[in-house]
Amino acid sequence: MAFSNEQLERYSRHMILKEIGVKGQRKLMNAKVLIIGAGGLGSPAALYLAAAGIGTIGIVDADVVDLSNLQRQVIHTTKDLGKEKVQSARETMEDINPDVKVVTYHEYMTSENILSLVETYDFILDGTDNFPTKFLINDACVMAKKPYCHAGIIRFKGQLMTVIPGEGPCYRCVFKDPPPADAVPTCKQAGVIGAMAGVIGCLQALEAIKYITGTGELLVGNLLTFDALKMEFHKIRLPKRDCNCAVCGDHPTITELIDYKQAVCELCQRG
Amino acid sequence: MAEEIKVDGTVDITDVVCPVTFVKAKVALEELDGGQVLAIHMNDGEPAQNVPRSMKDEGHQILKLKDNGDGTYDLFVRKAEEQS
Repeated sequence: MAFSNEQLERYSRHMILKEIGVKGQRKLMNAKVLIIGAGGLGSPAALYLAAAGIGTIGIVDADVVDLSNLQRQVIHTTKDLGKEKVQSARETMEDINPDVKVVTYHEYMTSENILSLVETYDFILDGTDNFPTKFLINDACVMAKKPYCHAGIIRFKGQLMTVIPGEGPCYRCVFKDPPPADAVPTCKQAGVIGAMAGVIGCLQALEAIKYITGTGELLVGNLLTFDALKMEFHKIRLPKRDCNCAVCGDHPTITELIDYKQAVCELCQRG
Repeated sequence: MAEEIKVDGTVDITDVVCPVTFVKAKVALEELDGGQVLAIHMNDGEPAQNVPRSMKDEGHQILKLKDNGDGTYDLFVRKAEEQS
């Protein structure tokens, strides 16, 4: 694959970096990244991954753009209100970088459809806002042996970790099971500072880029937390993979994907 | 003239400006094996000042910067043996 002069210019700031270089940029251009959720986390991640020249970006979301999204979901604009989020996200990504092939999935992730989707991508970003889907993504990525980056944000706090099945703990090694429905408030109930989505979503994009280019150290076996009020990052070293983990342990008890129930307030407002 | 330098590849970076000059040279260098020599045709001024230094920073060996007398230079670079 030869680079055009336009591509050399577009990606020059990457290619100048010793750690990325020409080879790294080629890897990015051949990579396929799946972003699950075109919301607070998925928006900044998708913007930077498209700008970075990721060859194929898949984006999953069943919702349409709502006015309350625009405080943090920066890939959508006011004129996109009512539009499918995946369509709105696709248009913005293609505007940023026509080199990128965007594939949209206007659907919810379930035990029925997630595995076949995850299998066709190199790296997955969890940009979802609920525990049932977070556990579903973890279990699917473990089963498909696909690396992914988990993240969550609420109020002034955010966290992320990267899971490479077989190389460190998975999300379930650390968090076992989803909390009971309604035990943990959603962003809708608790609120979230918009820029937090930017910080954590961008960190997820960085993890994807580092994984693809083989650069630096990933957040495998580490949970990075960020408290915006105190302006403190903490990198928490996690225990090794749990050999008794229900999904990635030596004798997994979860061998089929589970559709946990959504919190009640989410379902009734979904309509 | 001293002995001729055996050239394994050439690239013309007179059609681009900083920092694409260096990037285009890097792409051309990638086509070669370690130890092979690339001749880089460049304009006087910024490229002639910066490209040799950037190549050196990346561990490649600068063999010669030849002034063509027409506002262009040819830089001869031997590619480093090990490139990660």
